[in-house]
Parts: sequence; C-alpha cells; structure tokens
Amino acid sequence: MVEGVKLRVLAAMSGGVDSAVAAARAVEAGHDVTGVHLALSKNPQTYRTGARGCCTIEDSRDARRAADVIGIPFYVWDMAERFHEDVVEDFYAEYAAGRTPNPCLRCNEKIKFAAVLDRAMALGFDAVATGHYARKGDDGLLRRAVDPAKDQSYVLAVLNPAQLAHSMFPLGDTPKDLVRVEAEERGLAVARKPDSHDICFIADGDTSGFLKNKLGSKEGEIVDAASGEVLGSHDGAHQFTVGQRHGLGLKRPAADGKPRYVLSITPVDNRVEVGPREALRVDRIHTGAPVWLGPERTEPFEAEVQLRAHGEVYPATVVPSPKGLRAELHQGAFGVAAGQALVVYDPDAAEHNDASAGVGDRGDAVLCSGTIDATGLNDAAVSSGSAAGV
Amino acid sequence: MPYLDHAATTPMLPESLDAYVRVARELGNASSLHGSGRSARRTVEESRERLSEALGAKPSELVFTGSGTEADNLAVKGMHWARRTEARNRVVTTAIEHHAIADAVAWLGDHERADVTELPVDEVGRVKVEALAELLAERAAEITAITCMWANNEVGTLQPLEEIAALAEAHGIPVHTDAVQAVGHVAVDFGASGVDSLALSGHKLGGPAGAGALLLRRDTKVTPLLHGGGQEREIRSGTLDVPGIAALAEAAVIAVSRQKDEATRLAALRDDLVERIRAAVPDAIYNGDPVDRLPGNAHFSFPGCEGDALLMLLDAAGVECATGSACSAGIAQPSHVLLAMGAGEFDARSSLRFTLGWSTTQADVDALLAALPESVERARSAGLS
Ligand SMILES: Cc1ncc(COP(=O)(O)O)c(C=O)c1O
Repeated sequence: MVEGVKLRVLAAMSGGVDSAVAAARAVEAGHDVTGVHLALSKNPQTYRTGARGCCTIEDSRDARRAADVIGIPFYVWDMAERFHEDVVEDFYAEYAAGRTPNPCLRCNEKIKFAAVLDRAMALGFDAVATGHYARKGDDGLLRRAVDPAKDQSYVLAVLNPAQLAHSMFPLGDTPKDLVRVEAEERGLAVARKPDSHDICFIADGDTSGFLKNKLGSKEGEIVDAASGEVLGSHDGAHQFTVGQRHGLGLKRPAADGKPRYVLSITPVDNRVEVGPREALRVDRIHTGAPVWLGPERTEPFEAEVQLRAHGEVYPATVVPSPKGLRAELHQGAFGVAAGQALVVYDPDAAEHNDASAGVGDRGDAVLCSGTIDATGLNDAAVSSGSAAGV
Repeated sequence: MPYLDHAATTPMLPESLDAYVRVARELGNASSLHGSGRSARRTVEESRERLSEALGAKPSELVFTGSGTEADNLAVKGMHWARRTEARNRVVTTAIEHHAIADAVAWLGDHERADVTELPVDEVGRVKVEALAELLAERAAEITAITCMWANNEVGTLQPLEEIAALAEAHGIPVHTDAVQAVGHVAVDFGASGVDSLALSGHKLGGPAGAGALLLRRDTKVTPLLHGGGQEREIRSGTLDVPGIAALAEAAVIAVSRQKDEATRLAALRDDLVERIRAAVPDAIYNGDPVDRLPGNAHFSFPGCEGDALLMLLDAAGVECATGSACSAGIAQPSHVLLAMGAGEFDARSSLRFTLGWSTTQADVDALLAALPESVERARSAGLS
C-alpha cells in the first residue's frame, strides 16, 4: 500500500479506545473508512460483561458511538459461528491435548485477518485497520510497536505476507498513554475505558472453571517428576499449564522448601508432573510448519525468539526447515508451553545504535513464527508429542 | 440522497412541521382550567376530531399515545387483561407481526402464562383465515383477543382483516389491528373495518415520531398500561403532547386526503423499480403479494447475498434502504416474516426492502438501479458468512 493513496479501509472497532483512535487516524490519513464491530458471541450476555471485554452489547454500543463521533458508517458483522469454531473450539481442543493456546493469536489468524479481511476484500475494501500496537516498516515487515509494554507484534506474527499487506496498524508509533490523550482530544467517550486483558469469551475470567465446564472433571494424580511419588490429585489435567506454580493444591512442601512447578501434562493418563524450577529449563524448541513474514531462509541464523505474549526475549540460533523451526537458545528459558507461538525477531540494531536511521523501519522485525510443539535440552532427548516439558 | 426507507420513517410533511412549531410555541397544559389550558385543550380536541373523522372513527374513539408501539401494547395487553379469566387466557396473533405486537404477546405468554396461538401465513405473507376459523370452532371460549396487522411492514402484504373481524364478531372476541404501515397509504375506515381497535403512528405518515394513537371502540374494555392523571378517558395517563398531537393530526388528514392519488403515483414508481430490478438481477425473488400490497413497498431476496452486505454497499453508494427485519445488538436476524412465508434461512437473510413515500421521485429509483447491480455482484462474491 502506497503512502498518500486513498484506500477503502474497514476499521475493526472493538468498542475500546485503541481501535477507535486507529479508525480516526485512518480517516485523518485520507482514507475512506467504514467501521465494523465483530459480534463474536451469538449470545452476548454469556461473554464478558462490564466495560473491559470485546464482545458485549455495551462494547458494540461504544464502538457505534465512537464511529458516530468520528463520522464514519458503522456496521456489526456476525462472526459468532466462525469465532466459535476457529477460536473457542480450538481453545478447548488445545487444552484437552495438554497444550496452552493463545486465543487472541488464533483470532487474528482465523477471524480478523482471514474471515473478516476476506469478506472486506470481496466487498471492495483494500485493507483492514485495527488498534493493535505494531508497526509495518517501509520494507513491509511487521515490527514491534514503539511502546514496548503494549507491543502486540507477537499475536500478529501468525499473519502471512498477503494478510499483512492488507493490514493497517495506525497506533504502532504511539505510546498507549498518548493514545488515551488523543482519544480524549477527539471527544471519544471510550478514552477512559479500561483495557481488556483477559480472554474475551470467558465471562468471569475463570479459565479453569470454563474448561471444567466443557471438558468435565476427572480426577488424576500430581506426581513428582524425579521420584515418581504421588503428591496430590487434581480434577483434570486440562486445567494446567506448563510452568504454572499456583493452584496446584499440594499439601506437602518440597523437601528443599522451594516452590514446585508444572513440568509436563499428559492427557492420555490425566497425569501432571511437577518439580523444581530448574527442571523447567529448556534450550531447544521445535515448532510446527513456520509462517514467514520476512524472506524465507534455509540456513541456520542468529535471531531473538519470543515464546509467549509479553514474554521475555531469548537470543537463539534458529534452524529452519519447511516442516518446522528449531530454536537453540543461548541461555535456557523456563516455563515454555506447547501451543504457544515461537516468534523469531530480527533485532533492530539501528534502534540501539543509530538514532539517524529511517523511522520507517524501526523496531524489531518479525521474520517468522511457528507453533511450539516440543521442547527439550540440547544434550537430552527432545520430548515430543502433546506434552511440553523436559 | 436517495432515501428508499420510508417504512422506517418518512419525512415530516411541511404542513405538519409548521403545525408542530406553531403549537410548540404556545404555553398550556391541556388539563389546566385557565385560558392557556383551555387553548391547549382546544387544539387537542380539534386534532382529535379531524384525525378521527379522516379514519372513519368518532372523536371519543381516539386515544392519543406516545408511539405506535405504545398503542399496540395498550390494545393487546389491555384487552387481554380486561377479558381474561381462569378459563379464558388465550391471545391469538399472527406469525408476521411487528415486534410491537409480537413481543407484547410473547411477554404475556412468558410472564403472565397466557396461551398464545400464532396464525400461519401463506407464501405471499397473507394470514390464513381458515386457520382462525378452525381455531374459533374449537376454542373460541378461551380467547381474550385477536390481533392481526393491517399491512405487513416487511413485505407489504395486506391482510384479510374484514374476514377476520367478521369471524371474531360471531364469537364476541375483540380484534386489534396494527395499522401503523397502512394509515395514509391505503384506504382505512375504522368504522367499516369491523375491528375493535387500531394502532397508528405519526412518523410513518408524515408526522412526528413519538406521537401515536389508538382508535378504540367505546364498548371495548382495556386495562390501562399507564396510571396517573387520568387523561384520555383514564386509558392513557400522561400530560398530552399538544404540538405532537397537532402535527400528527395535520399529517394524517393530509395523507388520507391525498392517499388515492399518492397510492397511484407510488405504485407506478414501485412497479418500475420492481421491473428494473428483475431485469438487472434475474434471479432476484420478489417477496410478498405481487398485487395486494402497500403501494410503496418492494421487497426482494437476492440469493447468495447477505442483506447486510448489500445494505452497506448501497449505503456507501449513497442509497438508503433496509433489510426490513429486526436486528439484535446490531446483528441482522433472518426475517421471521420470510421464515413464516416458507423461505429458507439463507433467503431470509438475503433480503432488502425498498419503501417509497411522499418525497420519493423517479430520480431515487434511478439512483438505486444505477448502484444495485454492482452491489449485488460484490455482495455475492462476499457470500453468506
Ligand atoms: C407495523 C408496525 N407496527 C408498529 C411500529 C412501531 O411504531 P412506533 O415507531 O411509533 O413505535 C412500526 C414501526 O416501526 C411498524 O412498522
């Protein structure tokens, strides 16, 4: 997309402050903008209520109000069925398989930049604009936002180049607090609406209860990974995430008095293994088939990898193949869960060294990503299959 | 801006707007006894006389309300409440009512344990009178009230009200009709119709929104919805909206006086629109009764298109119309009217309603036809999601 060209833009408006300002900026950039709120639940009351979700009737009203203030047409698109199939069902299935999914990422991949983008294109739009904090470089690469605390490039890294080419992220160059100030100045009532953090389709934020409801409860053992000793019981392995420390309900403390963490989850025998933090350490990560946003590479290369949203970044050697990525971390990472994305970044050297570099290509660039399948230690056999851990 | 959504609301007639502004400048509560009050009361009563006369009713049969919705609720709930007994607790409605009736009846069912019978319609959306005849033969004694709209707001089909009223009368059951889409658009004579009550709304006939009326026979009992100052024969309390009432009466009197000529003019424009849509989109389905329908109504299903997508594309092209069906939280639902007429879920979601009114000209129809073919093609490629 060329700068200065008037495009027909579909602004996805969640009812929050970010997407409202993003839509207003798209208008100001000279585009012909239409606002759309995505209805993701057939029965909005069952999803989050209150002012912080993404799928309530209030959110839809807030989005409509913002569109009216901005002065753009506004529609609600019913994406409830697609969302349920591609995001909610996937969420259940992943947990049932002992993995830890990221539904926001799945929603970007399957709904916002797939179903919605496809429909928008068919209806004659050129691009979809969202309130995500990420930048698109002049080189077309997806880059981290200016505001590191808000950066959402991780949950967008699953987009393919064609999807990215038709996306706009008008907020990537602005810190969140300034976006709020701008919303206030623009007279958008959502300026002070709190951020949404949790999973939008879990009304009360109780993920474990939500999963129990669907997947049922089945008693299983919590076992010490080293000794094989049974330490306690749980009512469903799907309630756990690798690296989890709280909520294990173990009565006896470890011999050394140190906290214990979930090391692995085996759904077939409903078994949860726990152990000390050191045992969570991994330095080799395998993914499923990668999506390349940068030029596809075939030789091993040095890069930084991120293993969950807002997680730490690890220097690594990435060994690519069409079937999957392998990342050899230079230092170990802890609590890496299968089902999350491994996102490979090319660190922005200029950002650190050369203040005169072109502003258009700043921020770490996403090279590729893949879904984490298995993890292990360099010198040990890699555990594979559904369960992550050592 | 080509506006083809007059069934949603139609512009106020200049005479009605003038009446509104003139009266709104005047002080006075129509219930007050002093000069200002008497003057306001006179405006109300003159409006009552003019409006009732235009519709074949007596002044004492007219109750002013705050909307068509209120008139419908007052009639249906009010009659049911006034007539229900342990053995008589059934409301008879139709499958194609506007929400103002449908939801009021559903509420009686859900919250007051009323039994509800919905009369079916045929494939053009006309209520099956035989179904009522059968029902009356078996359960007349259980029925508190029968409600059936005069003209359907989505597909425009006119309903066999006189037959329904005649059947009901034989059993002494009151009949309400929602004539919100009919008054001013087809000939409406309350006295001759045989119904017991009739709802109308200002903003569908060139008057203001928020002004409505119920025509109600003197001998038909209704329990009020609103209790208070006892205005409107103690049936509808609340200080009267004098400017709204004056503007409603002004608009209705003019609309009724012009109705015949206007119906001829609109039907000709509408027929042109229908013919050209059929030529431009050969597989478009023309819904409703091809002849016996509101003169300004054209309703189509465009197979393979989502009505919503079409609406958006036409809006972007500057043409305003409607899908005609209700929405919940902004999401279009498949039209209950089309479903009742036997359409599949997809056809019921792929419909658009074009409604013409007093300000419509040939240029509006031309503008629609200029934009429609491309919009249909686009919407079709986007498909039904
Ligand atoms: C058939 C019908 N009944 C009732 C109503 C409600 O009237 P009002 O908008 O005055 O409440 C409408 C209009 O939306 C209608 O079309």
